[in-house]
Amino acid sequence: MDGAFILAHVPDYLSGAWVTLRFGLYGVACSLLLGLLCCLLRYFRVPVLRQIAGGYIELARNTPLLVQLFFLYAGLPRVGIKFSAEACAVIGLTFLGGAYMAEAFRSGIESVDKTQVEAGACIGLTMGQNIRYVIFPQALATAIPALFANVIFLIKETSVFSVLAMMDLMNVADTLRTSGGRTVEVLFMLMVTYLLILLPVSVLATLVERRLRYTGFGN
Amino acid sequence: MGINILFKGINFQRLMGGLWVTLRLALITIGLSCVFGLLFGMLMLSKRKTATVICRLWLEIVRFMPQLVLLYIVYFGFARLFGWDLDGETSAVIVFTFWGTAEMGDLIRGALTSIPRHQFESAAALGLTKVQIYMHVLIPQALRRLLPQAINLSTRIIKTTALVKMINVTEVLKVGQQIIGQFYRQPDAAFWVYFVIFLLYFLVCWPFSLLAKYLEKRWA
Repeated sequence: MDGAFILAHVPDYLSGAWVTLRFGLYGVACSLLLGLLCCLLRYFRVPVLRQIAGGYIELARNTPLLVQLFFLYAGLPRVGIKFSAEACAVIGLTFLGGAYMAEAFRSGIESVDKTQVEAGACIGLTMGQNIRYVIFPQALATAIPALFANVIFLIKETSVFSVLAMMDLMNVADTLRTSGGRTVEVLFMLMVTYLLILLPVSVLATLVERRLRYTGFGN
Repeated sequence: MGINILFKGINFQRLMGGLWVTLRLALITIGLSCVFGLLFGMLMLSKRKTATVICRLWLEIVRFMPQLVLLYIVYFGFARLFGWDLDGETSAVIVFTFWGTAEMGDLIRGALTSIPRHQFESAAALGLTKVQIYMHVLIPQALRRLLPQAINLSTRIIKTTALVKMINVTEVLKVGQQIIGQFYRQPDAAFWVYFVIFLLYFLVCWPFSLLAKYLEKRWA
């Protein structure tokens, strides 16, 4: 292992990590919104839109991100729909993540017992108050582990962004590997950098889960 | 219409051949993961501290490293480290089995621990032998919990094998690119080829997802 080589290329990896993290987080944020929207459309049984959301979820969950990105980046421009590489990255990740987030939210909402909602109505809560104070806190607490698992999953999935010619971590490492021949050092740093990105997320997940663990009451 | 090129000559067969490359890898991986996963799950439950710590560490590595990074390590790194010049498909089987074993093992561990202890004790009290207890009480219950999750993991493995494109295996996306290259005069060829590949993956994975959902509902 060549320490000097590793030190010399820390800035490269930092810039790659920044791309991975930034687009990963854009994707995660958009996925959360899309997922919540799809989940609500299905929960409140909005006609037509609920079927569209259901179809979308199946489509996104049963295809690989790599194939989705190829379609977005190399397929769609041929019929006149053109996005930049960065836009493709965020759209692709959101398309995939939205479906996973929707399922996580759904499992959370379904875990809230019907009696809870009825009890809320009995003590005179309006529907809005019921959602705000009864359904949402319990659903979120149950959904949090799955939501964080999805965040880690999505950040890992960004590793295919190199096919969009984006200089993410994977592409930085690949460029260094092909130019320098220091394969072992390059791959070692790649592992360490991914670990440094994902470990804090995992620690955060544990902390939040611990903080929100109040739904077990009465069971 | 560019979609016609898919039905010119043997283009569609070529595409299916490319899909089969990844599907075959996925099937081998799923088979190996089930076998090794059973061992892994039992090791996780063993009373030996070292075994559980190693399994835990293995599982964390697999959870934290993108599969593509693991592929690069085995495909490019092992040649440098150990002088093993593995081809893309072998590397893929090694990596995906390494990953699948840990995930499957964790599911098996979860299924086994989900059975309450009194099930075992009641069966023993009824005078069932150990083999009977496993055959008629514990394994059927564990399987019900395990099967839907294992099927979901299998679809994830099928989707993840698409990554072998990145280590130079000629799979469906690569075949698609070759077809597009041949029909470069047809401007919308790329759209249709990638659209069809997208659909093919969906048609492969969707039935498994439906099956998992059905079993989950039925056995819940």
